[in-house]
Amino acid sequence: MTHKTFFAFIFPSLLAMILFIALPIGSIVIQSLHVEHPRILVEVENCGPFGCERETRVDTQATQALQDEQPLGQFNGLGTYFDRRHLATEEVSHIFNNNEGFQDIVRQMYNLPFYKALSFTLVYTFIVTPLGMALGFSIALAVNAIPRFLKGPIIFFSLLPMIVTPLVGSLILFWMINTQGVIGSNLQLLFEDPDLSLRASPLLTWITLIVYGVWSMAPFSFVVFYAGLQTVPSDTLESAKIDGASRWERIRFVVMPHLIPLATFVALVQLMDNFRVFEPIVGFSAEANATSLSWNIFNDLRGQVDQQYSSAAATSVLTVFGVVVLLMPVLIRLWRDFNRKA
Amino acid sequence: MKKATITTLVGATLTLLASSAFAECNISAGSVRILGNDFDSIRTVTDQAKTCASAETTVRVNLTTEHKNIQVPALTITPAEYTVALIANNSISPLLSADLVRPLNDLVEKYGQDLLPNQLIRTGDDVVAIAFMGNAQHLFMRGDILDELGVEPPATYDEIIDVAEMIRSEGIMEYPLAATYEAGWYLAAEFVNMHLGMGGQFFEAGSAQPALNNEDGIRTLEMMKTLTEYMSPEYLTVTADEMKQMYLAGEVAIMNQWGSMVSGHLGEDSGNAQISEATILAPAPTVNGSSTPAAALWWDGFTIAKNISDADAEASFQAMMYGIRPEMAQQNPTAATWLIKEFDAPESAQGVLQTARLGARGYPMSPFMGYMHAALGTELSDFMQGRESAEQALTDVEASYLASVREAGLAD
Repeated sequence: MTHKTFFAFIFPSLLAMILFIALPIGSIVIQSLHVEHPRILVEVENCGPFGCERETRVDTQATQALQDEQPLGQFNGLGTYFDRRHLATEEVSHIFNNNEGFQDIVRQMYNLPFYKALSFTLVYTFIVTPLGMALGFSIALAVNAIPRFLKGPIIFFSLLPMIVTPLVGSLILFWMINTQGVIGSNLQLLFEDPDLSLRASPLLTWITLIVYGVWSMAPFSFVVFYAGLQTVPSDTLESAKIDGASRWERIRFVVMPHLIPLATFVALVQLMDNFRVFEPIVGFSAEANATSLSWNIFNDLRGQVDQQYSSAAATSVLTVFGVVVLLMPVLIRLWRDFNRKA
Repeated sequence: MKKATITTLVGATLTLLASSAFAECNISAGSVRILGNDFDSIRTVTDQAKTCASAETTVRVNLTTEHKNIQVPALTITPAEYTVALIANNSISPLLSADLVRPLNDLVEKYGQDLLPNQLIRTGDDVVAIAFMGNAQHLFMRGDILDELGVEPPATYDEIIDVAEMIRSEGIMEYPLAATYEAGWYLAAEFVNMHLGMGGQFFEAGSAQPALNNEDGIRTLEMMKTLTEYMSPEYLTVTADEMKQMYLAGEVAIMNQWGSMVSGHLGEDSGNAQISEATILAPAPTVNGSSTPAAALWWDGFTIAKNISDADAEASFQAMMYGIRPEMAQQNPTAATWLIKEFDAPESAQGVLQTARLGARGYPMSPFMGYMHAALGTELSDFMQGRESAEQALTDVEASYLASVREAGLAD
């Protein structure tokens, strides 16, 4: 293929990638380096139905002049990245210089919003990804073994968690684990503890979110592994059977090696998906006990009446960075496989 | 024949509507485009404003709970996407800070004969908004339980704690109290309520510097923490709607609920007539020996966009004045606590009105308050769960708030 033909083939998707991936990320990076202009403040008397109070307001005309001159705002370098809501360099060095041992460092770091979000995000990603894949794989093996006429309905039911919108799914589960809900009140009966509530303690909230994550993530692994199972060479399986291999041995030594490349792909997708965990936190009203990087971005933009664009942009860039770091081992592995084949 | 009848009928109705609307609103021509929050009382007003539509006047209404997130961009363009923004004392600040609000002094003079002086929201000399209803969190109590114990309805937080203790020790309820402590906006709003009741300030006078980390702030947090001992352990996930369900399920005896939700609790569709009938409404409690109720007063009102033609601004103002005319309030007395002239407040509005009459303070209308509210919402939950001290929580709030206002260019 000549270079010209190759370019003509690749051009449309290249253009789409630049327009919809590179440019937005570039604009977010630029946004994160700027903050708003210093506002000129004046004191005025604000009056309403319930009396008057002296309050400050922004002198909009004076501010507008600055705004017209530099519409992007004021250049702040990496200032936003290092402030308390993100990497908090100042606070972190303070913590390392003043602490009472390792546990105290962890406790103090957890008090900083970025590290609090990061710790839940990482724990969630590294527990949900393997468990979700394992569950998906076992469902795939089970479905593969059942009689043909049962397969259709069972596949449909296994896919349900993926069909349900994550926010709706987590809300439904949230109502069920409510102390008046069917799961919540049964757990209270089971443990004979009338105060037991899955929403009250941080540990139980994390477990709930992780269980929800495994439930909603398993179907994707199931679908891919089930498709993969159809390609396992039947003669190898039969010869293993003749050699006297048990069902487990056949899975361990024939099926699993065959599916490894597929598993790498599933792990890649699931790691990315889990790293941007967001909907269950909103659905479970879990922000008191668990926040994630995506939730922090959401909170900056939609939490209150003001939008904090630079802060959200900085968290976004850090999230992209986190995804790259996270995927590095998987990407290196793919690269090696590719080189070996070539 | 049949077709002809329908056409005549429709035609007649349309003429009737058009002529009556035209006659009452007195708008010559213009385009009215309204953006606002989505709840029943707001809809009552905008439905009235909609009837001002005529051949020369168009009225378009977009009510959405996402209004806060679109109002600034929508009003920034010229001409603005909306001519009217319905706001409350918190959501007006971003509009004022971006200079998107039209001073209404001349329009009030021309068309505002029916307005009460206290409906005018002023900053400095400018009238920037017209308020039409008030709101506040106040006490909803189970009268039957108080009778059973033989106690008077409590009026202070200390009395509430005593009554809660009695309810618990009598074995009536393990968790008799409830509050909207969901981490985030609700928890911060409850902090604001209590802090105002303590006589506390949020900022140092005339500056963006926070003034929370002091005795008032600590007392506020400690009172909130003490109350949670009588609340169901999941208190950090309770919203106003959740609390309504809990109350109507008979799980709560005393709670601090939004005045705008009275009809949902006492109305025919509350789902539990027994509890609805037994409910006593009372102003927000006082705290720490002060006489100021521990509740922030809220108002809902409207502003007119700056970046629109004068004709549209005039038409919009007239349409909204028609929407909030005194007859509207008289026809819908239970829809809201109207701040409108000649409004004869029914029983359901007394909670909010008495809270205001006892001297509760308004929710601060300051450009910093939104950032403060956000910081309170994210940083208080560790303290509420007993994971850190009140001082540490307030230090965190101040640090998080300062980082935000610095980014917004409001502080150095």
